[in-house]
Amino acid sequence: MNSQAVSTAEAPENLAFDLQDLFKATPRHPRFLLPLLQDIQSRYRYLPRASLKLVAEHLGIPESRVYAVATFYKALSLTPRGEKTVKVCLGTACHLRGAASVLDALSRSLGIPPGGTTQDMRFTLETVNCLGACALAPVVTVNDRVYGQMTPGRVAELIEKESRHEAD
Amino acid sequence: MKLTSLKAFEEWQALLSEREKGASGVRRVRICAGTGCLANGSAQVKAAFEAEAIRHGLSIPLEFAAESTGCHGFCERGPLVVIQPGEIFYEKVKPEDVREIFEKTVLRGEVVPRLQYRDPNTKQAARTSAEIPFYARQHRLVLNRCGEVDPFEIEAAVSRGAYRGLARAFSMEPERIVSMIKDSGLRGRGGGGFPTGVKWESARKAPGRHRFVLANGDEGDPGAFMDRSLMEGDPHSVLEGMIIGAYAVGARKGFIYVRAEYPLAVKALQQAIRQAKERGLLGRDILGTGFDFDLEICRGGGAFVCGESTALMASIEGRAGEPRVKYIRSTERGLWNCPTVLNNVETWANVPHIVLNGPEWFRSMGTEKSPGTKIFSLVGKVKNSGLVEIPMGTTLRTMIEDIGGGVLKNRAFKAVQTGGPSGGCLPADALDLPVDFDALTASGSMMGSGGMIVMDERTCMVDVARYFVDFLAEESCGKCTPCREGLKALQRLLHKLCSGRGEAGDGERLREIGSALADTALCGLGQTAPNPVLSVLRYFPGEIAEHEAEHFCRAGVCKGMYWPRIDPAKCVGCGACKKACAAGAIRGEPRAAHAIDRAHCVTCGACLEACPFSAITAVRREDPE
Repeated sequence: MNSQAVSTAEAPENLAFDLQDLFKATPRHPRFLLPLLQDIQSRYRYLPRASLKLVAEHLGIPESRVYAVATFYKALSLTPRGEKTVKVCLGTACHLRGAASVLDALSRSLGIPPGGTTQDMRFTLETVNCLGACALAPVVTVNDRVYGQMTPGRVAELIEKESRHEAD
Repeated sequence: MKLTSLKAFEEWQALLSEREKGASGVRRVRICAGTGCLANGSAQVKAAFEAEAIRHGLSIPLEFAAESTGCHGFCERGPLVVIQPGEIFYEKVKPEDVREIFEKTVLRGEVVPRLQYRDPNTKQAARTSAEIPFYARQHRLVLNRCGEVDPFEIEAAVSRGAYRGLARAFSMEPERIVSMIKDSGLRGRGGGGFPTGVKWESARKAPGRHRFVLANGDEGDPGAFMDRSLMEGDPHSVLEGMIIGAYAVGARKGFIYVRAEYPLAVKALQQAIRQAKERGLLGRDILGTGFDFDLEICRGGGAFVCGESTALMASIEGRAGEPRVKYIRSTERGLWNCPTVLNNVETWANVPHIVLNGPEWFRSMGTEKSPGTKIFSLVGKVKNSGLVEIPMGTTLRTMIEDIGGGVLKNRAFKAVQTGGPSGGCLPADALDLPVDFDALTASGSMMGSGGMIVMDERTCMVDVARYFVDFLAEESCGKCTPCREGLKALQRLLHKLCSGRGEAGDGERLREIGSALADTALCGLGQTAPNPVLSVLRYFPGEIAEHEAEHFCRAGVCKGMYWPRIDPAKCVGCGACKKACAAGAIRGEPRAAHAIDRAHCVTCGACLEACPFSAITAVRREDPE
């Protein structure tokens, strides 16, 4: 379960205009609710408050249902996320091989708790329950780049490397 | 080119496998492009091979082909490279190594010894993958094309037999296929172990205008990645199984539900669906048989509970993935209340083999009640981590000691965790247990999706129980009270035990709440949620008692519940612990026995992990320094 507060961040201007193409490509059937929210999420890296209403109108369903789905799935967020999402795998294999200390080190270097976003909106730190790359444990991903066999000592190198990268 | 008849398919298939044979003279390099190897830089390795070929003036692909393949399963050793002719196997290849490989192996057939796999126990080098115990003892049926073909090219899969099962299926009546699957004894590979043929029959007989077939690729169990590798490495095997299933039960629409965390699997499946449609293997009037079937991919939203059948269906329908009570089976009323067959990805991939080779052949592998093979992901504190496909009934010992090469750093084996968060931890005396659905369930664990996580003496079993309960408490959807509140109660007790605040009776309370939860929860997630706790209580009562009464953690994991102590007789003074200690609590001159200053020690456990000689042990707080 996800218990995020509703974002107070400003929605992009002309949201309805900005989302026209997505709505045009999505049939008006409730089953496209999750895919549509995923598309909006990948465009803005979060779900602007106003988009929930537009989605409800487009699919012809109550806004409450959109909100229920938007808060149920971990891949969706109502608060703005950083340009890069650093995911620390806490799956069993990673746990056994020391993922907790990697998470601690990342949290310290970025200065944010798990779930937080840096003030400059560059990084969001998240935990995930198994990325399915257990043979490389402990694993960290940044957007979709995979860093295997991580140690607290390699954290500085990872952040340095990712900071040089432009936004994905 | 669209194929419009079975005959056209057979001709195309024959042509491709001829071409494959004819191409055996071409020098080939197969580079693994699974998630694991990509993370270790296999894309750069492939580029380096192509650059070398050009530098040597070889024409691509007539004289030299560098091919990306799906996951070989031996992810820890990546990037993996296999060179033809000779099937020469290299591990951990870097772009800098490519020039040497090209000049020696590709052009002259000589091996580069430093890139060969060496057995961690015997130090013997292996020339081909068949010589590596990790592969040699496997029986790769479902994984047979994984790591061998380019998952993004349908022709590569077809040249190696893909869709031949489908072509055979079309020559049979649908009822005949259902009875074949029933006779084969195939059981659901996602963990439930329900007979697949019974499911199909029930959906086929259920009244209704529409029927659906679904693939469960929401592989949420931490420590399991066989479905990911299969979807990434051989997506056509999943598609083929589903098309056969749809034909057998009379479905015209199917969905593959893939985890949000598996972007490469989504990409491979999308491409496979597109190419299958182009060839007339999917869509309208498949191979001119008049049978229509369409497939769509649903990306999950990152919720573990969506692996549960009714929650998965709710998610496809566009609702929050909450399970419902199963008074009526989903084979009768599933997706949009229509008869629905939901099988795991690996189950689907078994189907073409059964149709092609017959149920008797399938029953010749595995055990009587659990025929066939099963893919496991062997991970944790084991030397060879990766995907392992073996006949059912193989013992845990064979898997961990022979295929896995034993425990990392030759430490003592403590437990193996099977079945993910719904499974349990089995101790050393269970190692001779044959692995099949029934034997594992009887032992208090379960098959689950096939995660096999090896734990050594440095693993605290109470901490492991806490870990799984934390996981499940977070993933519980909250719909039913026993699961929502029961897991929180277990969580509080386990956190208490792991932080040195244990009290007499805590173990008993865990048992009581766990049993109540198993009896009363709404769906499979809640009913199996106490398994990790109950199996630790059953097999490791001593560790629970030590946490409860003595506030001692013998594994040296729970902070503040032990002191690390260096055995001066075993310490050689290598300094590894001193380097690892962030608190500066270790003193000692090089080559002389070191000692730990308890005043500075924060019991982080880094020294226990770092010592290569097992000279550091966890002792009780009251024990002398």
